[in-house]
Amino acid sequence: MSTQLPSDNGRQTASGTKRASLFHWFEQRTGLNKLLHEALDEPIPGGARFAYIFGSGLLFIFLSQFITGIFLALYYVPSADHAHVTVAYITKVVAAGAFLRSLHVYGASAMVIIVLLHLSQTFLFGSYKGKRELLWVSGTVLFVLVMGMAFTGYLLPWDQKAYFATAVGTNVASEVPIVGTFAKQLMRGGNQIGTLTLSRFFVMHVFYIPALIFLFVAVHIYLFRKAGAAGPISENPIHPQQRTESFYPRQLVMDLAFALLLVVALGFAAYFIPATLGPLANPADTHFLPRPEWYYRPLFEWLKIWQGRGEFLRIVVVPGVIVALFVGLPFYDRRLERRPWRRPLAVGIFSLVFLALITLGAYSYYQDSHDKDVAQQLAQQRQAEMEYMKAPFKPQMASGSRLAAAGAATSATDPAVAEGKKIFESHQCNICHGDGAVGTAIAPKLIGIGSQFSEDQFHDLFIHPLPKMEAGHMPHFTFSADETKAIRAYLDSLQ
Amino acid sequence: MEDNSKQGNLEPLQHDSDAFDDKRVLEGRRSFFLWLIAVGAAAMTTLLSAPLVRYVFYPVFAKTTSVSWSNLGKKSKFLSITTPVKQVVEIKQIDGWREEISRKPVYITKGNSKESLDGVQVLSAVCPHLGCEVPWNEAEGKFMCPCHGSVFSPDGSLELGPAERGMDTLPLKAENDDLMARYEYFQALLSYKKQVE
Repeated sequence: MSTQLPSDNGRQTASGTKRASLFHWFEQRTGLNKLLHEALDEPIPGGARFAYIFGSGLLFIFLSQFITGIFLALYYVPSADHAHVTVAYITKVVAAGAFLRSLHVYGASAMVIIVLLHLSQTFLFGSYKGKRELLWVSGTVLFVLVMGMAFTGYLLPWDQKAYFATAVGTNVASEVPIVGTFAKQLMRGGNQIGTLTLSRFFVMHVFYIPALIFLFVAVHIYLFRKAGAAGPISENPIHPQQRTESFYPRQLVMDLAFALLLVVALGFAAYFIPATLGPLANPADTHFLPRPEWYYRPLFEWLKIWQGRGEFLRIVVVPGVIVALFVGLPFYDRRLERRPWRRPLAVGIFSLVFLALITLGAYSYYQDSHDKDVAQQLAQQRQAEMEYMKAPFKPQMASGSRLAAAGAATSATDPAVAEGKKIFESHQCNICHGDGAVGTAIAPKLIGIGSQFSEDQFHDLFIHPLPKMEAGHMPHFTFSADETKAIRAYLDSLQ
Repeated sequence: MEDNSKQGNLEPLQHDSDAFDDKRVLEGRRSFFLWLIAVGAAAMTTLLSAPLVRYVFYPVFAKTTSVSWSNLGKKSKFLSITTPVKQVVEIKQIDGWREEISRKPVYITKGNSKESLDGVQVLSAVCPHLGCEVPWNEAEGKFMCPCHGSVFSPDGSLELGPAERGMDTLPLKAENDDLMARYEYFQALLSYKKQVE
């Protein structure tokens, strides 16, 4: 493509030329227009089609996930103590919070659906053929990354279903022979699912996997443009024969129409059926039945349906063969024939695997609805989630306030502690040292201070105050040895 | 000139194999598409940015209860008091998804300050000297701070230092015959009352 810019633009004096010369100035320095032309001029053999919209649809959804994700991070705190309350805050309090979170949640499902459509289209059209091996492999990597995003994102709200689904998901890894247990511990950051697990999943979901996705999207698009659009099934994938149409305008409009459809569909779903949040994760709940999102159901059922012996076959061999067949497709399927009806074996195996996955998923739902106990428990869980969603938002009590409330509510069992608490409160030590001796701006915290002084030393502090006590205007008190002993016991009892 | 305008409008998208040969049809079709794309993109951007803006601006316009009025009880109950009545008010401060509750002692006394209501006023129990809680000494009939010995009369005015001003009055209002006070913090060690935000 050649874009010859006029070399002499000094002659232009008409009023419209100012903008044009500014444009030239900018273009000469950035080359953006050339780049734009490069992007929009992509030749499509056989012309634009609605069959080709899925790739850019994925890019669009990814962008939407990226933006909504950043906005969710504005209020979210990734720690076991705060994750659930902050997601509840986003969902129940912040303006448009439920909407944006729902867009993000439903966007994840949409992404999986469109990935499946994109790869099915690529497969059925034979678009992986003709020197497109690396293009296909980069696509399979992106598929795995998208599933990784779905898996890591699921834990972040830290509600019941998030916690237990991740417990099951990480347990699956431990079934892999030899390295399994270690892999599970690595994912969890220890043996149990806790705040370290949440941190790990958060970092994977927010930093590591998105960075890899950006990288592989760039690689994927670059390789795609390098190989060229494959065109319809009647086209030769290496030396296109058919007349080409450029990406702009018709294909671009089709792609944008699809993006618009996605926005409207996701927007309606997010607005009218907002994504729910369940009650806070309770690891002690032994009744909770974990169920993964729909896109992990086939895998879930596969592991459930075949229990007992044959672990190696179930966990390693069968999935391994399917993955190898999937990733290696363009390496062993080397014929240039693209018409599906002329490739019965490839299309047959693909359809069979796809059908098997759908059957497994459907059977999982069927089983759940036909086992009375399971159905009842799942209904209860949905009910609990509905009730939690209806309940008004309850802010989390700050740690200082929690101490004060706890100090007021629980009476100490040790009489010395109780006595010390009484002295501490009646002498208004809390005014400077804070409720529960947590410390304030004007006086230090005294929790556990007993370990720094012996009983006699502690008693002596009130007779011969330390210089910093004098400097801080600490009032003088006259206490008996029993009283200082009680105060010391009380301060030691505080956490 | 001709070339220039073309550059700016994405026009020279031509291939030897372009399927569309009729230039005029092509031009018309392209400007229509351009219009469609521009309108579509603008509509989509507006649609999508509205919730984002509302979401980001939420805390700026959200009502916080950091300054709240505490109900002290029926006003009539306090009109005939002879000595200061101590009460604890709870103030709840909302900090995003957190909440802090602190309990603050106040005295309801007779007095005629700027903030009194029908001869009743509410004093913060915090000593204006260094922030200790000032107890009411029944025997002396005065407020006597245990920390540094400041003494205040029953209406809170200063009798003896080291405090440099009398006890601080709190904003007061009556609502349906209930007495409501708003707890505030004041700077210590000043000879005049200055609220701390």
